[in-house]
Amino acid sequence: MFQYLRPTRLEEVGELLAAHQGSAALLAGGTDLLVALRSGKGFPEVLIDLKRVADLGADISAGDSSIRIGALTVLADVERSSLVRDRFPALARAAGVVGSIQIRNRATLAGNICNASPAADTAPPLLAYGAAIQLFGLQGSRTLPISEFFLGYRSTALEPGEIVVSIEVPYPPPGCGSSFQRITRRRGVDLATVSAACLLQPHQETLFGMGAVGPTPLRVRDDTGILSDPAGDPQQGREAIARLAGRASPISDLRSGKEYRAAMLQVVLLRAYEESLRMCLN
Amino acid sequence: MNGSSAYPIRTTINGKHYSLEVPPHQTLLRVLRDRLMLTGSKPCCEEGECGACTVLFNGRAVNSCLILAVEVDGGEILTIEGLSHHGELDPLQQAFIDEGAVQCGYCTPGMIMAAKYLLMDNPHPSLSQIQQGLAGNLCRCTGYGRIIRAVQRAASTLAES
Repeated sequence: MFQYLRPTRLEEVGELLAAHQGSAALLAGGTDLLVALRSGKGFPEVLIDLKRVADLGADISAGDSSIRIGALTVLADVERSSLVRDRFPALARAAGVVGSIQIRNRATLAGNICNASPAADTAPPLLAYGAAIQLFGLQGSRTLPISEFFLGYRSTALEPGEIVVSIEVPYPPPGCGSSFQRITRRRGVDLATVSAACLLQPHQETLFGMGAVGPTPLRVRDDTGILSDPAGDPQQGREAIARLAGRASPISDLRSGKEYRAAMLQVVLLRAYEESLRMCLN
Repeated sequence: MNGSSAYPIRTTINGKHYSLEVPPHQTLLRVLRDRLMLTGSKPCCEEGECGACTVLFNGRAVNSCLILAVEVDGGEILTIEGLSHHGELDPLQQAFIDEGAVQCGYCTPGMIMAAKYLLMDNPHPSLSQIQQGLAGNLCRCTGYGRIIRAVQRAASTLAES
């Protein structure tokens, strides 16, 4: 059996993590953790419930150059936030396809990232938008670009004792388009077989996040200018996307074979790019 | 709260106040069913896939199998048992009967609670919004057609009243 602890301050969380190094589990929405606790693979010594830690915040606030999404913000609130829908449509869309509404009413955006599944739906848009992860630890706070956050399969750059405080997403420049696309085995609730997000900025580099095609979600960019030119040659654009897709290293698992994943990655990248382009042109 | 094996919680369930001591690993679903004999919420997959255990927690549809009972301390729960008032069924319950949306009945409480949340949030849902709102609830009998019609019927009943 485990102890259940309910700190209210960030410093307490840091102290508890230091006191129970390696044997503590953090509980936010619990939609992944409770399934793991029930799997029979054993319990942690302590379960630290973060939901009463005031400094973590469960809301989305607008800053001058970015929005701040508190670590306790649930995916349903990301999905329906008018701020996110207006400025970060690919993130709103990705948040809205995670699990069922019952899951999205509990699961947090920070938890989706910290769980570090290669198929995490919110990772590709956060990579494309260039989000920054704010971390707290007893040794100090720091900020990490999300492209440096995922180290390997279900492994993150969080140091022992560190936790995510918020996710900050910079506003794209005016005139940008962005999109999130995924392929699943069925409509309704399913994990992504492959997913991709695009941020298209006219005459700047074009940024993509890719999901479920390697050990971590992956950020790639096209800086040739081919994709960011609204009047560019479509054939050259498809070739540029095929080159970007070649950076992925998909594997075969129960959702798909690796050949299908590699082929469908090009499809979702192209769909995300084309939708972004239509938004730019409108 | 610390080291002991039972944790005191206070919670309001269907308008009634409870003070309970719960072990840290016990889910809300287990407390509802095994301690409080509120057996309308059903155990099935117990990993958040099927929706049979859906209840409202602080006004939001959740899977009670994925919430520890200690987490609801200070919160408010609505289960299927709390929907009818003085023997009068909720319009959703009545619509499920009128449309024949119940076959074996196992998924029904969760289905109705998910639909309850959908209509609280969006009183005039489109077909696709109903499908999305019930995507986390599995039914192996009905093929969903009658369930969707029941939700549409309840929405019109509520709009008229």
